[in-house]
Formats: sequence, C-alpha cells, structure tokens
Amino acid sequence: MRRSPGPRRLCALFLLLSAVLTGCSPGDEASETVTVFAAASLTETFTRLGGEFEDGNPGVEVRFNFGSSATLAQQLVQGAPADVFASASQATMRTATDASLAAGKPAVFARNRLEIAVPANGSSKVSGLADLADPDVKVALCAEQVPCGAAAAEALAAAGLDVTPVTLEQDVKATLTKLTLGEVDAALVYRTDIRAAGGRVRGIAFPEAGQAVNDYPIVALEKAPSPGAASEFVAFVLSQRARDVFTEAGFEAP
Amino acid sequence: MSVRSRVPWMLALPAAAGLAFLVLPLAGLLVRTPWSTLPARLAEPRVLEALRLSLGTATLATAVCLLLGVPLAWVLARAEFPGRRLARALITVPLVLPPVVGGVALLLVLGRNGLIGRHLDAWFGLTFPFTTTGVVLAQIFVALPFLVISVEGALRASDPRYEEAAATLGASRWTVFRRVTLPLVAPGVLAGAVLCWSRALGEFGATITFAGNFPGRTQTMPLAVYLALETDPEAALVLSLVLLAVSLTVLVTLRDRWLP
Repeated sequence: MRRSPGPRRLCALFLLLSAVLTGCSPGDEASETVTVFAAASLTETFTRLGGEFEDGNPGVEVRFNFGSSATLAQQLVQGAPADVFASASQATMRTATDASLAAGKPAVFARNRLEIAVPANGSSKVSGLADLADPDVKVALCAEQVPCGAAAAEALAAAGLDVTPVTLEQDVKATLTKLTLGEVDAALVYRTDIRAAGGRVRGIAFPEAGQAVNDYPIVALEKAPSPGAASEFVAFVLSQRARDVFTEAGFEAP
Repeated sequence: MSVRSRVPWMLALPAAAGLAFLVLPLAGLLVRTPWSTLPARLAEPRVLEALRLSLGTATLATAVCLLLGVPLAWVLARAEFPGRRLARALITVPLVLPPVVGGVALLLVLGRNGLIGRHLDAWFGLTFPFTTTGVVLAQIFVALPFLVISVEGALRASDPRYEEAAATLGASRWTVFRRVTLPLVAPGVLAGAVLCWSRALGEFGATITFAGNFPGRTQTMPLAVYLALETDPEAALVLSLVLLAVSLTVLVTLRDRWLP
C-alpha cells in the first residue's frame, strides 16, 4: 500500500531535475550579455536583429525582455538591471530619462502607425474607422497608459469618433490576441503587428493614423552592466541593415 | 501551559523566517505608501468602482463555489466510483495552471468561438468574455479547487460513525448530509470559503485574459493595480493597500467570529 512516492524517490527526482536544469543552460559560452528591454511591438524585428547581432559579435549574447513600454520603464525606474531600453513612445522613454537612467540622448530608430485589424476571413463588417463607433461592433483597444492606447485615443479624437471598446488591454500584443482568438470584431493596433500576425488578420489603413504616429526611441542605459556591447547594439539598431528589417516589417524610417 | 509555551528553536527559527518572508513585502508596501495624498486618491471614483466590482464578483464567485464545491467534495470523499482518483487529481488542475493559461482555456470553451460558447451565442445570444459574468466565471475557475480541497480534507478527517448512527436511526442520506455531515465539517467549509474568496479577490491572469479590462465592468482591483503601475506607481500602491485592508478586515472579522 504505497500511495505516494517516498521521500527518497522525491529527493532523487529533485536532484535529477536540478541537474537537468543547471546542466544545459546554453549561455555558459557567452562572455558578455546585453539585456535589452524592448516594446512588445518590437518582438519580431528585435528577435531577428538580436540573432544577427550575435552572429556578428561572437561571445555576445542578447537577451530580450519584451513588454508594454510603460511597464518596462517602471521596471527600469525600480532598478531592473538592463543595458538598453527601446520604447514605443517618447512619453515612456521620458519616464526613463527623467529618472536619469539614460547614458546619452535617445535616438529615434523607427516610426509606427496604427491600422484597424480585422479577421482575414472577411467576416467583419468593419471597413473603416467610423464603423468602430457602431455599438454592435466589439472593439479591443490598448489602455491609454500604454503607447498604442495613447495613439488610438489621439487618432479617434482626430476623427471625432466616440468609440466604446469592450476591453482596454495592457499591451498591443494582448489587444491583437483578443482579435485572433475571435473575441472581438476589430482592434486598433500597429501596422507592424498586423504584418507579424501573418495571414490571420487584415489591416485597414485610415488617414487619422497619420496624426498619431509613434516614434520609437532607443538608448543605452547609464548603469548598463555591459556598456560596450550596449552601445554597439544601439548602433546596430540605428544602422542601415536594421532599417531594412524595420521597413520590411512595416515600420517607417524616422 | 509551560510545556506549550516553550517552542523548540528548531521550529521557532524557520517559523520566524517564514513569517518574516510573508510580512516584509507588506511592510515595504506600507513604507512606500504616499500617506499625504491617500484620502484624495481614495475618493477617486475609479478606485471605488473597481473595489465594488471586486467585492461583488468575489462574493458571488464564492457563493457559486459553495453550491458546486461542497457537493463535489462530498462525492470525492464519500462516494466510490471508477475514476475517483483521476477526478481528485483533475480538480487541482486550476491550481497548477498559470492563470493566464486558465483564461485562454476558458476562452476556448466559453468564448464567442469556443466549443460551448459558440452555441450559447447562436442559440441564446449569450457571450461571457468582456462581461462581469466573465469575471465571476474566471474567479470560480481558479478559486473552486481551494474550497473543494479544504472541504474534502474536513470530510475525510470527520468521524463517519456519527453519520452511520444517524443512518441506523432511520435518517435518509440527504438528511444525514444536511443535519450531521454539514455541521461536522462546518469549520472546514468556512475555511475553504475564506480561501476561495481571497483567491477570487486577488485573481488577475484568468480575468484579464478571459474577461478583458474595462472600468466598471471587468476592471477589478488587481487589474486596476496592474494598469496603474504602468504610469502611476503611487496610485498602484494605494489601490493595493485598499485591497489589502479590505480583505484583511473581512478575514480577521470572520476568523474571530466563526473560526476557533
């Protein structure tokens, strides 16, 4: 009658697990690590650029923390260890620069504009910005605290529209997820996120987006544990090669 | 008494460390709270709105958990049926699952395109995501196991001879459950309900995934705290403090009155 594994077996399991977990961490080889805090909308492009940067700089490993720019800025203010901060708006970058965290002046490396995301299968009755004000249309927006939400509020105000969304999400990826899961009929997200989602969503451009274009600034941080690699990574993000990657993803050149 | 009051250091030391680990973050919260602007921030309508929503949904979720969870615990503890061990393992799934994954799972079942949600929408026009009902559903999902596990534990620890005696005296099984079993395990049920309520009150991941975030409808206190943290950490501290104060008050009052 043994109902649960004995303590000895549990111990063995624990030891095995810890051996597995500690034994094969791939980062052992790298002599230097650049930790980059980047806006959620940069997930695809930065992951790609990070790989290229690692290829070009043997011994350097790039680690990303993607999230809403506002959250990342707060984490940095609270002392999170990072080398580079790339945000989706000047306002969130200001949180970092006001706290004297930046080593130098932030440089804008890309710009992004909003589009209306609708399901690619054509089931949506949304064909323009005005349709979002229809009470039968379920709309997901970003919360106004995060850059994509601030841009959405500006664009809707410019269009003179009063849209009541069903949800205000904490970052742009979460907003798009509500659409890809089929829970909303439309979402206001960045053009780049629609492209990154592949064939599942379709983007509808609208003129008012031009009044709410987001600048993406990047800066190396004052207390960077790897200052050399940090400024090299920043330079790489500002390079022509990186600009091509951004343009391909749907960003605009600054 | 003198024997009881002497705590062996082998127990006292880890106990003190454990307590400190739990209490220190709370102290951190209190130290950083902007006390001077506290009253003004508390009076903000969105704070009250989120608090009202949190208390209402958590209480409703606890009521539903009691209605479903006590019978479930009884079946798991008392009835013999094939697959009982599997069922007991399955009720712990929401405990192991990251709440965000729980929220996605709920969407896949009860969402507008979900397995069941699709039909509910087509036949009755019922949709749960982005509604207050959705918030309650998310809370039930994550909180129910806490209730079931406490009640089941209480049932297993209770002496079945009282129930047998009642049955030999002619009481039906339902009467035995109502008049003997339930009073016997009442402290377990209450402890479970308290755990369940606290868990529902603090629920974040499943809620934001399944019910979204909209002030007054689905933005509960934990969601408000999270979003406040994005731009205004002081507001987030105040919100956390309010949530903490309210839940502690309720729990301490309950404990003094109902629990030994």
